[in-house]
Amino acid sequence: MTPAWAQLGYLVAAVCFIVALKGLSSPKNARRGNLIGAAGAVLACVIVFFATDIQHLLPILAAIAAGTAIGVLGAYRVQMTQMPQLVALFNGVGGGAAAIVAIIELTELRNGAAPVFELIATAFTIVVGSISFAGSVVTFLKLQELMTTRPVVFAGYPVLYGLGLLAAVAFSVGLVIAPSLIFAVLLAAVGAALGVLLVLPVGGADVPIVISLLNAFTGLTVAASGYLLENILLLIAGTLVGSAGTLLTRLMANAMGRSLINILFGALKGGSTLGATTMSDRPVKSAGPADVAILLAYAQRVIIVPGYGLAVAQAQHTLRQLVDLLQERGVRVDYAIHPVAGRMPGHMNVLLAEAQVPYEQLKEMDEIDPEFKQADVALVVGANDVVNPAAETTPGAPIYGMPILHANQARQVVFMKRSMRPGFAGIENELLFEPTTTLLFGDAKDTMSKLLSELKALTV
Amino acid sequence: MNTDPLVWLTIFVLAVFVGVEVISKVSSTLHTPLMSGANAIHGVILIGAILVAGSAQSTPILVLGLVAVILASINMVGGFVVTDRMLVMFSRPKKAIDKSVHREVEQ
Repeated sequence: MTPAWAQLGYLVAAVCFIVALKGLSSPKNARRGNLIGAAGAVLACVIVFFATDIQHLLPILAAIAAGTAIGVLGAYRVQMTQMPQLVALFNGVGGGAAAIVAIIELTELRNGAAPVFELIATAFTIVVGSISFAGSVVTFLKLQELMTTRPVVFAGYPVLYGLGLLAAVAFSVGLVIAPSLIFAVLLAAVGAALGVLLVLPVGGADVPIVISLLNAFTGLTVAASGYLLENILLLIAGTLVGSAGTLLTRLMANAMGRSLINILFGALKGGSTLGATTMSDRPVKSAGPADVAILLAYAQRVIIVPGYGLAVAQAQHTLRQLVDLLQERGVRVDYAIHPVAGRMPGHMNVLLAEAQVPYEQLKEMDEIDPEFKQADVALVVGANDVVNPAAETTPGAPIYGMPILHANQARQVVFMKRSMRPGFAGIENELLFEPTTTLLFGDAKDTMSKLLSELKALTV
Repeated sequence: MNTDPLVWLTIFVLAVFVGVEVISKVSSTLHTPLMSGANAIHGVILIGAILVAGSAQSTPILVLGLVAVILASINMVGGFVVTDRMLVMFSRPKKAIDKSVHREVEQ
């Protein structure tokens, strides 16, 4: 029985979470929103110790300290470029925790006459929590490039998936009829397998959408465990994340011009094998830093299309100096930020903010795209898929339907690239072979420094 | 406490609508921090983990419960900290951000 003051405290915490989500959706209040959410979470954790009879106090506090240390360390150590992976991992451990909580709660439920609804919620939490855990691990492996970023499909995949779903339903029914630990463990195993199967066919560029989806899944499992444990805060917080996460997943998918079904199961239709093009040896036009420096220095309007490669090479600071120098010469320069530039929607904004690029130079796609026609030079740095015309011209390509930046409409296109290697989506970019395109090969940071010194030489 | 499933269903459905409403107008600039922040919020499963670990009757259950506590604290603490790290960067050039917000308001 939860005392009234604790219920009120949980209500305050729930309001904190709502305010947090609200704050996070506007740039002005985002940081404050997040801090309010954190305060609500701390409040709730303090309440639980005082409102309930908690045994094993010391080991539990030690476990919290350990988890806190790991979480803080991970959060501070992570490079901004690796943000999607970290969010995936944090989400995965949350899903795992929910599944464990449900399994333990089952051992308690077995002792009494367990109501059907509780058992259904238990089965749901175990399966979906395990899906979220295993799925998140696979997204981590894909983003960290510890495994292929291409969609993985194999013969018999749909059959296997169908069998997995059937098994999940069957074991759930079993658990409701005869609550036993065996069914719980089987459910966890099937859930983990389904999680892996869910993420395997998703191409690298789409993986962040799946993280968002798994995030919503974890939210729902937390809501279900709130029902199990008769804890109203877990129910509310979990549901908030579940519904907000589902909407966010749809918004992200829309930003990429993809449907969720297409992202999850598109590869099964066989379309995305198109991603398996080999590197071609067609001729391209390449130039040195000196030529490109002249091109940039005597342009009137330059639009920069930054991509993940820029951040990986840690060249964003040098790029900012280059842009400052061009602006001193009177060149008008803007950054065109594709919604999914980087590895996750909004990722590039974080990466450039880290390099202290002024916020007002970052132009969102809708605003900047029509201006490519007037641009003298489009400088594509470490980006590839977001300017790939295949998204409009090649039905069946993994990125088909994704809105792109029309860098090809600029008078000149300069690609800074490490190699002819295709982008994250694994497809070749026709734009590289256009007559207006010039390639500047090399590591982005190295080339950018050379470009900067050439430009300085011109200015003096 | 009232465990009538209908009461819980009511709260659940209302919370669904609140969740959708509060983030319905987020700009793509903030998708990453929002996802990370929502991720931190479901870390309150920590409360559930504390509850089950705190009533464990046997050692294996206690160990399992403690694992859940560790995982949930990583989720919650790490999630909030990393979201804050991202948002600090957004707010550093303070004037620039204020300006852009005004621009949005004018539009």
